[in-house]
Amino acid sequence: MATVALSSIAKSFGSTRVLGGVDLDIADGEFLTLVGPSGCGKSTLIRIIAGLEHQDAGGVAIGGAPVDHLRPHERRVAMVFQSYALYPHMTVRANIGLPLTMSRLRLWQRLPLLRLLSAQRRRVMRYIDADVAAVAGQLQLDHLLDRKPAQLSGGQRQRVALGRAMVRSPEVFLMDEPLSNLDAKLRVHMRTELAELHKRLGATFIYVTHDQVEAMTMSDRVAMMDAGSILQLGAPSELYERPASLKVAQFIGSPAINLLPATVGSSGRIELFGRPLALSAPLAQGQAVTLGVRCEALSLLHGDSAGPGRAWFSARLRRKENLGSEYILHFDLAGRDAAGVTMRASPAVAAGVNEAAEVTLGFDEAACHVFDADGARVEPRSPGGATGSVVPLRAWP
Amino acid sequence: MAELALHPAAAPVTPARSALRRLVGLALVHAILLAGAVFMLAPFVWMLVTSIKPPAEIFSAEISLWPKQFYGLQNYRVALDKAPLLRFALNGVILCGGILVVQLLVAIPCAYALAKLRFPGRNVLFVLVLLGLCIPVQVPAMPLYIALAQLGLLNTYFSMMAPFFLSVFAIFLFRQFFRSFPDDIIHAARLDGVSEFEIVWRIVTPSAWPAIAAFSVFSAVAHWNDLYWPLIVISDAKLAPPPLGMMFFADAETGSNYGALTAAAAILTAPLVIAFLIARRRFIDGVTMTGVK
Repeated sequence: MATVALSSIAKSFGSTRVLGGVDLDIADGEFLTLVGPSGCGKSTLIRIIAGLEHQDAGGVAIGGAPVDHLRPHERRVAMVFQSYALYPHMTVRANIGLPLTMSRLRLWQRLPLLRLLSAQRRRVMRYIDADVAAVAGQLQLDHLLDRKPAQLSGGQRQRVALGRAMVRSPEVFLMDEPLSNLDAKLRVHMRTELAELHKRLGATFIYVTHDQVEAMTMSDRVAMMDAGSILQLGAPSELYERPASLKVAQFIGSPAINLLPATVGSSGRIELFGRPLALSAPLAQGQAVTLGVRCEALSLLHGDSAGPGRAWFSARLRRKENLGSEYILHFDLAGRDAAGVTMRASPAVAAGVNEAAEVTLGFDEAACHVFDADGARVEPRSPGGATGSVVPLRAWP
Repeated sequence: MAELALHPAAAPVTPARSALRRLVGLALVHAILLAGAVFMLAPFVWMLVTSIKPPAEIFSAEISLWPKQFYGLQNYRVALDKAPLLRFALNGVILCGGILVVQLLVAIPCAYALAKLRFPGRNVLFVLVLLGLCIPVQVPAMPLYIALAQLGLLNTYFSMMAPFFLSVFAIFLFRQFFRSFPDDIIHAARLDGVSEFEIVWRIVTPSAWPAIAAFSVFSAVAHWNDLYWPLIVISDAKLAPPPLGMMFFADAETGSNYGALTAAAAILTAPLVIAFLIARRRFIDGVTMTGVK
């Protein structure tokens, strides 16, 4: 088993800078997810770890030893690709067995005709077949071993690709968006399977995805990347509850976080739509800030429930989305220069809101995130003097 | 009603009418294609018809598609007796096979390197390949002949094959084909410990069968039918490939026996036609480049 250490990895394609000095330490047996929008450099980073691309600067160490001079197969890593990358003309058995064939047979034993002369080859092939069968059994592929990839469904191909990675018993698994080509239902199922596989194998997993749900559900730690650098690294709950920047807040969470424009008033008090809140920020007066409010932090206010520590504003219902167990309500901010907001509501609450009716929405000021004009997180001071309170995660307002 | 008012000229489309229109369209398309097919097949059919006609009928003024007197057996017997046709055909097979094998052995790794490996000068090399496509075979004929003569290699199979071992057309065709081969599979192979050499032959080439089949047809047809180069380097009838053999045959005793000549031509064309019919599907796949999926 192995740790992976990246130190100031930089990479450019022509004049385009893809990675700008990435540092990352991944613990032995950890499940780390690289998440970010497409083009943020996450796939390039994982390819550099695999040795498929060469970094312009910086170093990669696996298990404490530098591997920069090693070729991909010498790095004891295995990779699962988004497109599965199975060998189209080989059976499942040959696909899974190929890494073992390459490492356990000599060149001449792999050549056509000449290989028939080797008695040793037959013995080695028997061992390989046994190993392939063992892996296939774990992945429920036993009955598919003689098929070609074209005859398999997407989920089965995915499992073959996993099997080909597992059969080498690598110390590090690299996964490049392995679930992106699967349908929604299978993706949810494979998420669980991958998490269980990680637990069972105890190997280090580095997982690349643009899907924040995959990042949140499977990982020990998540590294959110954008424009070739890591914006925030931490446990999934940390990224959700204390996003370090506006970009992280916007990317993590579904539906996306609500952003409300606000300004810093006199004595640092934050004003939302002209009304001062109890929150204050250590910023100059008149500066624009953005308040981030999760959709589950919003609630409907009925006259008397507004009070100290609760911000409010009026809105008009545009659309209800029924998700079965809950509703997503989309509101327009009446007459204000801001995008609409979304709110999570129970069916009972949703039933009480009529289309086009004006309502008052409120949120606990302690539950909102404040970002300055550059998008960096600002720790607000609440009136009690406590700073950086942890956001209460409530299912229902 | 509103629609009818908007398009008063449009007659209502009934199922019968649309079926009729489709039928007329199909008939027209097929008529054009058929005319093209007749035009292209006519010389071939004429050869076959002539090969079973007696000499008297060949030069008669009337055009008939079937002889009054079936003379096929005699013509084919003369052709097979008087000329070593099977020897010519065997020479053709050796020539085409030898050229094709070396062409593939050279062109496939070259094409892979041009399509998938990154190295300085790659684009320059590819431009050179494209330039190579523009040079007709007649241009280097003289230096090649002199070189072969100096080496004492004239009148050998090798002298017939050597100028064609390097096919820029094959490099170009396979390079285009390999470019569509998924990079991820090559990456996976590298991670699995497959060497570049084995990636070419074990992973990439098996998926290129349609392109290989297409190229094989092009190559075999070109060299089976080539008269120009064998005429220059071969003077021994025992080494002659089909067209040169036909020439020797026509020169010698048969002279103006067109029945026997066309019979010989039919025999020498047959292997190619049969080979194409076998590889037809792959050939079409390869030319339309729908290979890797």
